[in-house]
Amino acid sequence: MALIQKSIKLSQVLGRRQNIKLLWPTTTSAKTHFQRSYTSVPSAQFPGANAPFVNTLKLTQPEDFSPIPIYRVMNSDGYIIEESQDPKLEKEVVEKMFRDMLLLNTMDKILYESQRQGRISFYMTNFGEEASHIGSAAALELRDIIYGQYREAGVLVWRGFRIDQFIDQCYGNDDDMGRGKQMPVHYGSKELNFVTISSPLSTQMPQAVGAAYALKRRPDNDACVVCYFGEGAASEGDAHAAFNFAATLSCPVILFCRNNGFAISTPSREQYRGDGIAGRGPAGYGITTIRVDGTDVFAVYNAMKAAREYVLRENKPILFEALAYRVGHHSTSDDSTAYRPAEEIEVWNSVEHPISKLKRYMVHKGWFNEEEETEFIKNVRKQVLKQISVSEKKLKPNWREMFEDVYAEMPEHLLQQRKELEQHIADHKDAYPLKEFKQ
Amino acid sequence: MLRSKLTQAACAAVQRTFSTSPKVLATKQLTVRDALNSALDDELARDERVFILGEEVAQYDGAYKVSRGLWKKYGDKRVIDTPITEMGFAGIAVGAAMAGLRPVCEFMTFNFAMQAIDHIINSAAKTFYMSAGAVNVPIVFRGPNGAASGVAAQHSQCYAAWYAHCPGLKVVSPYDSEDARGLLKAAIRDPDPVVVLENELMYGVAFPVDDKVVDKDFVVPIGKAKIMRPGKDITIVAHSKAVETGLLAAAELAKKGIEAEVINLRSIRPLDTATIFASVRKTHHLITIENGWPQHGVGAEICARIMEDQTFFELDAPVWRCCGVDVPMPYAKTLELNALPRVHDVTEAALKVLGGKAGKAVAAAK
Repeated sequence: MALIQKSIKLSQVLGRRQNIKLLWPTTTSAKTHFQRSYTSVPSAQFPGANAPFVNTLKLTQPEDFSPIPIYRVMNSDGYIIEESQDPKLEKEVVEKMFRDMLLLNTMDKILYESQRQGRISFYMTNFGEEASHIGSAAALELRDIIYGQYREAGVLVWRGFRIDQFIDQCYGNDDDMGRGKQMPVHYGSKELNFVTISSPLSTQMPQAVGAAYALKRRPDNDACVVCYFGEGAASEGDAHAAFNFAATLSCPVILFCRNNGFAISTPSREQYRGDGIAGRGPAGYGITTIRVDGTDVFAVYNAMKAAREYVLRENKPILFEALAYRVGHHSTSDDSTAYRPAEEIEVWNSVEHPISKLKRYMVHKGWFNEEEETEFIKNVRKQVLKQISVSEKKLKPNWREMFEDVYAEMPEHLLQQRKELEQHIADHKDAYPLKEFKQ
Repeated sequence: MLRSKLTQAACAAVQRTFSTSPKVLATKQLTVRDALNSALDDELARDERVFILGEEVAQYDGAYKVSRGLWKKYGDKRVIDTPITEMGFAGIAVGAAMAGLRPVCEFMTFNFAMQAIDHIINSAAKTFYMSAGAVNVPIVFRGPNGAASGVAAQHSQCYAAWYAHCPGLKVVSPYDSEDARGLLKAAIRDPDPVVVLENELMYGVAFPVDDKVVDKDFVVPIGKAKIMRPGKDITIVAHSKAVETGLLAAAELAKKGIEAEVINLRSIRPLDTATIFASVRKTHHLITIENGWPQHGVGAEICARIMEDQTFFELDAPVWRCCGVDVPMPYAKTLELNALPRVHDVTEAALKVLGGKAGKAVAAAK
């Protein structure tokens, strides 16, 4: 009961704050179902749960609960469905959204190919999820801390990470902020409050909650943490830990699930049996939850704005599920046509593609110019290709840096190892490609 | 259930240690538990960013009472009870450290830290490197390590070699109250992640300490070993509770006229090879003692380091490792006792290593 009342309160508050009437919470049938099934018996007061007694045995079935509805603002044709839900963003903002999505999409295509040509060791594309990246990033403040999984490059694009920064990282050269110490797409930027990507799945989740706890302790805190993860990652034990700790420690964190339907080849129907990831929030962990159409940039934007306000005002977490479709392969180590039909991919890559939807919206608004788009894509392609040839030729970081940043202060044994290597290289200069490394 | 049983077993073990451990008479006595407790208290008071989290650390004062009284003194914000998810609160601690706090993450025992080892190694130890120095993780993972008493295979093992294997971590293993207080304080102040491997059986043991140890600014430098007893005939290197075994063995050997030098490692990573090498150059004989298993253990590492150094040529006999028996810890009390290196194992090893020289020393003593 308490949970349901809370979510209703949230919707009222959000509706008032944003002057946008959110459709979903008050229409949830869980409450009516609840009242129908368990009537007029006083609540028990066990420490573990506060619930009414019943006098007949009843198995509570998954089907007894309606699925959490999916919030959307635009339909596939790019029309706003409910006028009250239109975020009414300025033309410039929508254009930035559109261009950032195009930039990400174009850069992905080229870098994917560059891995295929053996120029870099690894790459991951973001196809089909551009709206969830850009829509969510646009609703945040730069001071909000991002913990990504690995498929959130759009958030960096929105925050101003430049093409050369992306490509230098993938090529691990001397201008890579990561000093060539991490795999491609493991971006990180202290300046943009984007924590360096860590490969083991879901470890970023409890860490994000810990960072949110640190923020909460700051006097007059005005920043939150956003933690992105996939629906497959939500099966890891760390995800459970993160949900439970976010709830029990009451932290200002938005746990943003990019449910793109696939964990490498495992479809979501084999990943879980419940109502997606959102279904775990309210009843499972006591976390206020939002579920949106992740291909609708405005839905993601509106919901993220509301989520940010909520977590900061209440010092409580939000579970956010953005539903989309992973149009690309999992990574360059994968060919997804082996486990899903090409026609299915095609639908999500055309009619349902987030960029197409936003494009149609812009067409209706009279903000779209075909020539400008073609020119923009051409320009980005040119920039990316040029940058690849520049980044490829750049020197690698000084090989001595291999020993740095293991500890704050280099310990004796590493100083010694470095000295040995220096001597060795001095003795065998000709055997090493020293010209490729910064001196 | 298991945990509460374990706690009871530990309390029983502590009581047993109380009655059997050598009584040291001195004006100021401090138990290892109080040494740790006062170290935490000092650092919580000194630095607002320091906070403790773990299971039962707040209202219950810690499963082994190491955080006794701290929740009452510092409140919910600084001493946090968490749900039972090691990977959860270790992850929370790593995230909080990344965001600028200085968490002290207590594992009820290091056996349970296996559930969180991904956060310790893949995240805490590597993030500074992987972010090219942009994100540091000043964090302490602490808790009892090594064999307890009567808690069998899954609760009696030493993790020194596991963690010491990993670059990016610092690993300390205190023996007495001075070590415990000084190393924990140093660990909390350190900018890198530090694993503090305590020993449950030592918590209740009191050691004499001088005034400097209880000083607010007392720290034991990480990476420096301590010579507990000087000697010229043979070097005995140990860490944690095995230092006690080493000292008792040295006392036995002294009766035979053999002067053993006992080195307390204090830090496993970085390893203070300088102190070990200097001692071996003097004694020309070496024994290592550890309660962990032999393969790839701390003793194995010391052997390798010596062989890679000129010190190897100073040895008059092969190095001898006294380790735990290479089996999961048996439950039966007698077997348990014999699965760990005992004093007579060490004295016998010393006699074998010293060979003819031991005979001469014995003769001289007579």
